[in-house]
Amino acid sequence: MANTYTLIQAQTLTTSAASVTFSSIPATYTDLVLRVSARTDYAGPNDLMIMTFNGTGGTSYSTTTLIGNGSTVVSNRTTSAANIRNGWVDGATATTSTFNNAEIYIPSYTVSQNKPVSNFSVAENNSASAADAYINANAGLATITAAITSIAFASINASNFVSTSSFYLYGIKNS
Amino acid sequence: MPATYEPIATQTLASAAASITFSSIPATYTDLRLVFTGTQSVVTDIFYWFNNDQTNLYSQTTLNGDGTTASSGTNLNRANIDVNALKGEGSLTIPKMITIDVFSYIGSTYKTALFNFIGDENGGIYTAVVLGVSLYRSTSAITSINIGPASGNLAIGTTATLYGIKAA
Repeated sequence: MANTYTLIQAQTLTTSAASVTFSSIPATYTDLVLRVSARTDYAGPNDLMIMTFNGTGGTSYSTTTLIGNGSTVVSNRTTSAANIRNGWVDGATATTSTFNNAEIYIPSYTVSQNKPVSNFSVAENNSASAADAYINANAGLATITAAITSIAFASINASNFVSTSSFYLYGIKNS
Repeated sequence: MPATYEPIATQTLASAAASITFSSIPATYTDLRLVFTGTQSVVTDIFYWFNNDQTNLYSQTTLNGDGTTASSGTNLNRANIDVNALKGEGSLTIPKMITIDVFSYIGSTYKTALFNFIGDENGGIYTAVVLGVSLYRSTSAITSINIGPASGNLAIGTTATLYGIKAA
């Protein structure tokens, strides 16, 4: 039986970049998985990574979050937003050489329906400040019925992903 | 490298059904993963259970977020696992995603699973994200998995795929 977990494309930054985009995503898989290790040059300990599909912004997205920072746990939401929130990323003042980790799962990305999105991410940096480290479980929704053909990541603060940040896109087939 | 993540079976509903069942699950893997995307015909909860066993052998603990409040809950001696005991599933048109990771499903110890409910509805009272752990107090190998709503049906187009993961 075939292995169904296939790398579609890898991007590891050699210079800083304001965004990372996977385009021309083939429609030959059932689900998509993205695995990210990233850090930005935002002037603070944490930045927020956001994601859009097919170059679409507007009001096509919503996100429900569950966030722990080592001290408290909270839940919040965005509705009719311009992007899906992917959780926290280490910023410029975070402990040196620490990068976040995130796994994003997009099921049935070619099916003509709204797209649920799962996101689980962590940004841990051995800091005594409760505001410096995060664990996120997010439920996202894109009210986009077209097949997803491109995915773009950026910072909500318009900062840059730093060199060696890595982004991997995998395809999963159900047969 | 050997293939370690393989589809065992997939089902996409061509007509509404009370549940999706994966039966005769082979004992040739180490762990199982079920990925579900779908909608249902009435506002209710979605359950899963193993081996057609709906006796009170299940328990669950969850972390829940509804967009305004974070919480944790425990349910003991259940007849199944409720993936969104906090809220239930609201919209009948917005698909929800559920993943269930079942560890050591052929082992002779009780069966632990991690589950994740993705139920953002762009606001509304049913929006939720849930991380959960379930326990099935049975030493039998898991040979079947059912997933379905507490009442009504899963809608046409609902899809579930069962994957097997090999440790070697």
